[in-house]
Amino acid sequence: MTTRTTDTGSAHAPTAPTALIIRAPGTNCDVELARAFTLAGAHTNLVHIDALIAEPGLIDRAEIIGIPGGFSYGDDIASGRIVASRLRQHLYSKLRQAVGRGCPVFAVCNGFQIAVQAGLLPGPGVGQPWPAEPGEQELSLSHNAGGRFVDRWVPVRAEGASVCVWTKGLAEAFADRPEAMMLPIAHGEGRVVARSPGVLQRLSASGQVALRYGRTPVPSVPGQLVALHPDNPNGSSDDIVGVCDASGRVFGLMPHPERYLDWNRHPFWTRLPEGARRGDTPGMVMFKSAVRAAREVMV
Amino acid sequence: MSLSTTPAPATPPTAVEGVHRFEVFARTGHADPVSAAVTRDALQLLGIKAPLLSVHAKHVYLVQGALSAGQRGWIAEALLADAITEQGVVGTSAIPGGARVVEVHPLPGVMDPVALSVELAIREGIGQRVRVMTGWRYDITGADAEQVQTLAGKLLANPVIQRVSFEPYTPGAFPVGQGHDQVVRSVPVTKLGDEELVRLSRDAHLFLSLEEMRAIRGHYQALGREPRDIELETLAQTWSEHCVHKTLKSAVHYAGPPGDAVARRTRPGTTAKPDGSAVIDNLLKRTVAAATHELIAEGVDWTLSVFKDNSGVIALDENLGVCIKVETHNRPSAIEPYGGAATGAGGCIRDVIGTGLGARPIANTDVFCVADPSGFAPGDLPPGTLHPRRVLTQVVAGVRDYGNRMGIPTVSGAVSFDDRYIGNPLVFCGCVGLIPRHLVHGQARAGDRIIALGGRTGRDGVHGATFSSAQLEQNAADEFGHAVQIGNAITEKQVLDAILRARDARPAHAGGPLYTGMTDCGAGGFSSAIGEMGAKLGAEVHLENAPLKYAGLSYTEIWISEAQERMVLAVPPRDIEALRAICEQEGVEMADLGHFGTEKAELVLKFHGSEVGRLSMHLLHEGIPMPTREARWAAPVAKATPAGTPAPHVKDALLALLATPTIASKHWIIRQYDHEVQGMGVIKPLVGPGMRGPSDASVLEPVPGSGLGIAIGCGLQTPIGDPALGGDPYQMALAAIDECVRNLVCVGADPARSAILDNFSWPSCNKPENMGALVRVCWGCYDGAKAYRTPFVSGKDSLNNQLQYTDPATGAVRVIEVPFTLLVTGLGIVHDLAHAITMDAKAPGNSLLLVGQTPETLGGTHYQLKFGPSLAPGMRAIPQTDLARGPACARAVSSVIRAGLVRSAHDVSDGGLLCCIAEMLIAGSTAGASIGARVDLTAAHRDPLLAAFAEGSSRYVLEVAPQHEAEVLGKLAEAGVPCVRIGQLDASGVLTDLSGVLSVVVNDLAGAWLAPLDW
Repeated sequence: MTTRTTDTGSAHAPTAPTALIIRAPGTNCDVELARAFTLAGAHTNLVHIDALIAEPGLIDRAEIIGIPGGFSYGDDIASGRIVASRLRQHLYSKLRQAVGRGCPVFAVCNGFQIAVQAGLLPGPGVGQPWPAEPGEQELSLSHNAGGRFVDRWVPVRAEGASVCVWTKGLAEAFADRPEAMMLPIAHGEGRVVARSPGVLQRLSASGQVALRYGRTPVPSVPGQLVALHPDNPNGSSDDIVGVCDASGRVFGLMPHPERYLDWNRHPFWTRLPEGARRGDTPGMVMFKSAVRAAREVMV
Repeated sequence: MSLSTTPAPATPPTAVEGVHRFEVFARTGHADPVSAAVTRDALQLLGIKAPLLSVHAKHVYLVQGALSAGQRGWIAEALLADAITEQGVVGTSAIPGGARVVEVHPLPGVMDPVALSVELAIREGIGQRVRVMTGWRYDITGADAEQVQTLAGKLLANPVIQRVSFEPYTPGAFPVGQGHDQVVRSVPVTKLGDEELVRLSRDAHLFLSLEEMRAIRGHYQALGREPRDIELETLAQTWSEHCVHKTLKSAVHYAGPPGDAVARRTRPGTTAKPDGSAVIDNLLKRTVAAATHELIAEGVDWTLSVFKDNSGVIALDENLGVCIKVETHNRPSAIEPYGGAATGAGGCIRDVIGTGLGARPIANTDVFCVADPSGFAPGDLPPGTLHPRRVLTQVVAGVRDYGNRMGIPTVSGAVSFDDRYIGNPLVFCGCVGLIPRHLVHGQARAGDRIIALGGRTGRDGVHGATFSSAQLEQNAADEFGHAVQIGNAITEKQVLDAILRARDARPAHAGGPLYTGMTDCGAGGFSSAIGEMGAKLGAEVHLENAPLKYAGLSYTEIWISEAQERMVLAVPPRDIEALRAICEQEGVEMADLGHFGTEKAELVLKFHGSEVGRLSMHLLHEGIPMPTREARWAAPVAKATPAGTPAPHVKDALLALLATPTIASKHWIIRQYDHEVQGMGVIKPLVGPGMRGPSDASVLEPVPGSGLGIAIGCGLQTPIGDPALGGDPYQMALAAIDECVRNLVCVGADPARSAILDNFSWPSCNKPENMGALVRVCWGCYDGAKAYRTPFVSGKDSLNNQLQYTDPATGAVRVIEVPFTLLVTGLGIVHDLAHAITMDAKAPGNSLLLVGQTPETLGGTHYQLKFGPSLAPGMRAIPQTDLARGPACARAVSSVIRAGLVRSAHDVSDGGLLCCIAEMLIAGSTAGASIGARVDLTAAHRDPLLAAFAEGSSRYVLEVAPQHEAEVLGKLAEAGVPCVRIGQLDASGVLTDLSGVLSVVVNDLAGAWLAPLDW
């Protein structure tokens, strides 16, 4: 089987990292994710999961890996279930090796749902090696507390103490203009549920919670619905938006930073002062941070 | 029903052959939002507040195959259940004490997309080939048997597509359907009399008129043989109203009241008769289409394809075109709203994909017309109809699930409520796409292979085209259940991925796309798609080559099935292998059905080598008789209403109007749609700091980073055309076009680069009064499009929208006709996204200006609909649209917006000026921080009632910073456009009127407006 290589990058230097974007039937956020990596200075390579299973060595050549949003296989059975099952079965060891050599991985929305089921997030504890087989699932992305799909922009808070390379510098960059720190969510199953309270405590303590909803944390008990809060639209435990592995390189989140690469995607940009719309958007900052991190490993 | 045969799996020694049952449900101690949502809906439906009632939802999977205990465990625990939040069990979980069970499964033959995915996962996971059926089990506690029956029938299942049982359902084996014998049948027609022809047409679901049946009889008498069944079916599909728009393309004899200025205007193709009546030789061609062709002749040079293709195309820039199409899917949505709306969306998306040599869909639109749910108790419904709350909930879910899964943002829409939509709701699905300009035209060539891509063909959707051309009757669900389908969006997404790859496989200089022509399989299935593509060439089709969902379909069923997610491509033989490779990589099934080009340009149908049908393309496409239709129009007289009811206080009226469902916030719907996917959304459907303001239109940046935008909006002014209100469909068309243009202008689009589409949904046009209304609305489309210089680029009509039923109380036959409905959808270019603006009030201190003339009447307004009896008779005339002032206002407002002089703009429409300002304030506020305004209603009109609630066309409210006010007023005056300052924004959080008559807190306005549809 031949692989499909789509380089949407234009004039990057040959040393620019290559982002491997894994798509499946029903993936539908791959084009905007490719644009994000391109604008951030990477080459992109969109590969169908069937082609990747046929040629897993492509993962060895990737310097960044993206698992985009969408409805892979229709999200039949549950969100991301079938891709996750295929990754565990065919590609887990290659992906684990890629993470081991410092390859940043971005798992957004459906990609996040896939990553928690495929054993890629939250990954082993600090200082622990990646297991040879996917470990026991520690996080789930379950039905939104409201019982249905929600599309809205939500304020998010970057955790300054997080080890995440994707959100590095985000809090400082937007400290003076919090209204810019928003991201769009669009999902039916985005409520973070942990296997036990211990998992949440461990992730918090090890700096693996990279982003939280809203500006004020709402503590909660795993499995119990938190009172619905406009800034936590799915009822996620501990207001968690996104988590990374202990190395900070594998990052999963429900909102879509790749939909926020231009200032006029902000939900009320027509009323933001010019000064608040300067420089890179929060989405762009994340992709640039990751491309920088990828470059460091390459050099 | 049986699947095509597959090799028998290697069966482990301990495997048990049979149907294995699995259930998945929320683990004890874990939240269960799915059950909570069903419980909430159940309480709402039963109209009770019973804290004891609860519904526990369990997903059921039935797996037929040979499975060992270990494999069953893997399926339940590893594949089906979430590791943390769910429990998966093999077999049937215990029924809790006191609970009653409702279990729902799709009927055999109904699309079950989840089942297909589970089959794939089991095959990959444990190497077993199995068959799967999914379902839901609901354990209901706290309800009696009757309530459970009600819930099953009205909430949990639709018997048209689902099987309901009141206990867990585990069959011994999956049902097997009956095959057809494949004998070629002739249908005796040549010797039939007229009455027998009429009966044959109805009984065989051909829905052809007597004239059409006579034409067929004549044709076969001349041939000296009887038509074969497949030929008759092909004619019925191709000649259906749905496919050929025969009513709108007919000649019409129109008789109206003497001295009517509208009828006397000069229009092409219209001949005045001595008795004052007129004959129009082809209604569509001489009105909607004529306006476009005349505008093109007059210099509108930015349309790329109009009326010819599956969608209309206009230029975006020198490289790209934008295509747009809006379809109706009314009949299927009436009997199965979820599947009807989803396949409506899917079909319209395929229209865009199948435009020219392939477009990429970038946005969807949806407009629904339904009865007001608060107006009907569950027991009051006409027989055979669904409750409007269920209809609306389900059509929204259908559009949501299809659009979201396809990854196409649903960005624009409207919902209009009128009780006459009770049996015949209207569902308009639109799609916008992006296409390279050099690929706008395609044409199959003789010798090209006929290639079908995508979904398999089944019995689902047989007779959709003819069904949609008939009126609905109360037993429609029984008679036409097979016309209704469930879509599979992922199959369509895969087809899209494959087609775009085949399209872009080679640059133009190296041969371009791997195909020469393409169309989608919509109404009529292969019969229409291949018939259209081969209209000039002829085609030979080998029906046995179509991949089937299950064995046993007759060749006629294969030919006319409207099974979803299929496209037909004309592929040169040398490109077949390259296309096949792409399809294999994308997981898309491809079938070679034959070739285009036959000796006499005939349509030749074969099945396993035997000829089963042979038809002249000329008969198919030119043979339909087009009798002159009779149209009558009498100036309607508004129904007398008792005078003298005291008018409500202006504040109460405002709050009541904001809470009427047509005006109230649609956030409940909009938030369920992914309106951001593809990352192009610049102006979203909900705007402002609280992200709740109702945007006039949406703006996208189709090429991210280009700074060039498109705006998508619509106009719908049904009351203006309602004879019961004294309305006139001619004025309705003008008002809808004006509203659509206003909506586009308000977000920054250029009205001189805006195209529009028409969608008529009309009751039966065999009634001359309804045909008369259709003539008038078409005249309005012609005059309006010419005046605004907005070409129609595409459109679609849906006729016979009426419900006929027998009143169970009186035994009388009743017909409910839908109101004359014209949806105008607009697509406008935004030259510079930096000048796109939103409607949310921005800053205290800014001025509010009213552009346009306040009409001298309240006719056709929401105020009239709500408080009609309090209106003086002189206030009941419907407002007229001024064809000079309307376009002038649009141009002038657009020019000040595009000069960067306007902070926010909102069109004055449903509810009038006060509702418009209220919406701007609600949009500019959040729950915590409100903006306010002080307005002088007398500046709008000396009569405060007219100032506050008149609607009418061509009015806008602009928010302008003080330093720009004089400049804006000056520019508008220069353009001859009326404009007055009517107030100023402030930080009070209150909307007040200078006269002191009105003072209302914006938070209260927001509460009234947000609550009614917060489902």
